[in-house]
Amino acid sequence: MLKIRNLHVAAEGEAILKGLDLEVAAGEVHAIMGPNGSGKSTLAAVMAGREGYEITEGSIEFLGEDLAGLEPEERAWRGLFLAFQYPVEIPGVTNLEFLRASVDAHRAYRGEEATSAVDFMKLARATSKQLRFDTDFLKRGVNEGFSGGEKKRNELLQMLLLQPKLALLDETDSGLDIDALQIVADGVNTLRSPERAIVMITHYQRLLDHIVPDKVHVLSGGRIVRSGGKELALELERKGYGWLEEAAA
Amino acid sequence: MSETASRTSPKGDEAIDRHLAREYEAGWVTDIESDTLPPGLDEDVVRFISAKKNEPEWMTEWRLEAYRHWLTMDHPNWAHVHYPKIDFNSISYFSAPRSQADGPKSLDEVDPELLRTYEKLGIPLHEQQMLAGVAVDAVFDSVSVATTFKSKLAEAGVIFCSISEALQEHPELVRQYIGSVVPYRDNYFAALNSAVFSDGSFVYIPKGVRCPMELSTYFRINAQNTGQFERTIIIAEEGSHVSYLEGCTAPQRDENQLHAAVVELVAHKDAKIKYSTVQNWYPGDSEGKGGIYNFVTKRGLCAGERSHISWTQVETGSAITWKYPSVILRGDDSVGEFYSVALARGRQQADTGTKMIHLGKNTKSTIISKGISAVKAENSYRGLVRIAPTADGARNFTQCDSLLIGDQCGAHTFPYIESRNPNATVEHEATTSKVSDDQLFLCRQRGLDPEKAVSMIVNGFCKEVFRELPMEFAVEAGKLLEISLEGAVG
Ligand SMILES: Nc1ncnc2c1ncn2[C@@H]1O[C@H](COP(=O)(O)OP(=O)(O)OP(=O)(O)O)[C@@H](O)[C@H]1O
Ligand SMILES: [Mg+2]
Repeated sequence: MLKIRNLHVAAEGEAILKGLDLEVAAGEVHAIMGPNGSGKSTLAAVMAGREGYEITEGSIEFLGEDLAGLEPEERAWRGLFLAFQYPVEIPGVTNLEFLRASVDAHRAYRGEEATSAVDFMKLARATSKQLRFDTDFLKRGVNEGFSGGEKKRNELLQMLLLQPKLALLDETDSGLDIDALQIVADGVNTLRSPERAIVMITHYQRLLDHIVPDKVHVLSGGRIVRSGGKELALELERKGYGWLEEAAA
Repeated sequence: MSETASRTSPKGDEAIDRHLAREYEAGWVTDIESDTLPPGLDEDVVRFISAKKNEPEWMTEWRLEAYRHWLTMDHPNWAHVHYPKIDFNSISYFSAPRSQADGPKSLDEVDPELLRTYEKLGIPLHEQQMLAGVAVDAVFDSVSVATTFKSKLAEAGVIFCSISEALQEHPELVRQYIGSVVPYRDNYFAALNSAVFSDGSFVYIPKGVRCPMELSTYFRINAQNTGQFERTIIIAEEGSHVSYLEGCTAPQRDENQLHAAVVELVAHKDAKIKYSTVQNWYPGDSEGKGGIYNFVTKRGLCAGERSHISWTQVETGSAITWKYPSVILRGDDSVGEFYSVALARGRQQADTGTKMIHLGKNTKSTIISKGISAVKAENSYRGLVRIAPTADGARNFTQCDSLLIGDQCGAHTFPYIESRNPNATVEHEATTSKVSDDQLFLCRQRGLDPEKAVSMIVNGFCKEVFRELPMEFAVEAGKLLEISLEGAVG
C-alpha cells in the first residue's frame, strides 16, 4: 500500500529526512517512534502534501501511484488521512458543516451523490457517540476553544467518518486522559481491516498496549534506524533512544 | 426569493404592460416622451429633470437649492481610496432607458467572466440578458406575483412605490421627509444626488402595521433603470415594523460609472426598520476597467422612544465603495445596529463603516464589521461613535475584524470615539487575522479544494453578520462570497 524509498526532504534549505525507507502493506499497523525533532511529523506532512517541504531525493508511492504530482486534496480523496499533532481552529465554521463538506468532497470524487442533511446528521451523531464525544461539539466551530484532548478526539471523529485506506496518526494519544485513550484506541481498532493500514506516530508504549502494532520503527536523524516487532517498543521504554543513535552514528 | 414585493411602477399594472412592450417605451417616464440630455450640469438641467418628472414646484426649488449648494463644495479627498477625478460635466443627467439599438446585442458581446458568474449563481438565461444590459423582449413571469403582493400591501395600508410616483400620489409625505435625515448640505455626493436624483423607492408603513412581507428592490425587471442617482425614503410610523432588502447578488453591469445614492430612514416611537443590502456591482474586468464607483449616503433616524434601526450589508462589488450607513439615536432607549461584511479583492478599494450618534438617554448601538481583503485589495473600516452630553446611560459595542487572504492586501481600521457623557459605556474590540496555511492545509487534507476551503473559512468569519440577513439572502450571500473569492488563492 505504501512504499517510501530513500526519501530525502528539506525545509528552508535544511535537510530533515535523509534517506528514509518504509513499507506498509494493507492490513498492517505500524508504529513510528523516535526522539523529538527527528522528523516524524515532517514525514507525515510530506506524505499528506504539505507545502514548504522539498523532496530532494526518493519517492513516496501510495496504492501504486507516485504522490509527488498530487495535490493534498487529491491524496485525501485516494484515501490518505492525517490526524494532526496540533489540530488548528477554524472559527465560525461549525464542525458539522466542515465534516459534511469533507465527506461530500470524498463522495464527489467517487462519483457518489452528496449526503442529505438528515442522513449526515444521523451518521455524525452516531459516530460522535461511538467516541463518547458530546454531540454539542458538532455545533461548535471546528476545534474552536476545544481542549487538547477534545481536539484529538475530533480528529478521530473525522477519521471514522472518512474511513480512510491509510490513516496517519501523529501523536493522537498525546494529551488524552486514560479513559479517552481507551476510547480513541477502540475507535482506531474499528478501522483495522485487511484493506486498510494504520501508521501511528507516538512516544508512548501505553498506546501500543491498546493498539497492538505489527511493526515498530525508530526514526532518528531523519532515517529509520531500527525496525522490529512490538517488543521493540518495550525495549525502547527501558533503554531510551541513546543506544540507537550511537549505533547509527 | 420567497415573500418579496417589488417597488410598484408608475401607474401600477400599466407599467408592467409597458415593460412587456418596452421596445418603444420603458421605464419611469410616464407622460412625457423620453429623450436624453447631452452631458453637462447646470440649473437648466436640474429644471429639465424636474419638469420631465412633472414634479411640484417646491421639489424643483429644493433641487435647485441643492445644486447651488453643491457648487460651493469641494470634491472630497479620502485618504484610502484613489481614483481619477470625476468630470461631472461628462455625465448625462437624464437619459432615456436604452432601446434595442444600444448596449450589447447578445450575450456574445458580454464579458465572459460575467457570464460565468451568472451561470454559477444559477440565473436563468433571460435574466442574464437583462442584468448584462442586453435588450430583450421581456418574459415577465412574475407579473401575477407582483399583483398579488401589491394587493396584500394595499390591504395593510403600506405604500411601496417609486419616488416619482410618490411625488404624484403622496407629495405631502415626500415633502415632509425628503432631506429630513440627509440634508443636501450633508456632503458632496448627497448634494449632487439631491439636485439630480433620478428615482428610487418610497416606503410608508402606517401606525401599528407589521409589513406583511419583506420589501425588495430586487424585482429584477422593475428595478432596472433607476439610474445612477437613486433616492430612497422609508418611514415607519409608531409601532410599525418593516424589513427592506436592497440589491441583488448577481453582478450588475451599468454603463454609468458613478453611483451616488441617498437613503433616508425614519423610525418613530416603537417602530423597527431592518434594512439589508447585498451589493454586487460590477467591479470591472481584470484590470478594473468599467468598474462602478459607489458613493452612498445612508442614514437612519431613530426619532421616537424605543425605535430600532438595523443596517445589514454585504458588499462585494464596485471598483470603489464609499459608504457609511449611520443611525441617529434621538429617541430615548432607541437602538441602532450595523452589521457589515465588506469584501475587496483584485484592485478593489472599499472604504466603509458607520456612524452612531447617541442623543437620547439609554440609547444603545452595536457595530459588527467584518472586512475581507484578498490579492491586492485595500479595505478600510471607519467608524464614529458619538455620545452627546444628553445621552445618559448610552452604550456602544463595536467589534471590528479583518481577514487577510494573501500577503499584498491591506486592512485599515479607524475607530473614532467622541464621548461627552461620563455615564456612557463604549467598548471597542478589533482583530486582524489571516487565512493561515495551517487552516488551508487542514481543509485540503480533508478533501476540500483550495477555493472551497477559503470560502468556507471566510463564511465562518462572516457568520455573525450573515445571521442577521433574511434566510434566503444569507444563502445567496454565502454563495456570492465563494464566487467572489475564486482565483484569490492558489
Ligand atoms: N517547515 C519547516 N521549516 C523549518 N524547519 C522545520 C520545518 N518543519 C520541521 N522543521 C524542523 O525539522 C525537524 C523535525 O521536525 P518534526 O516536527 O518533523 O519532528 P518530530 O519528530 O515530529 O518531533 P516531535 O516528537 O517533537 O513531534 C525539527 O528540527 C524542526 O524544527
Ligand atoms: Mg511531531
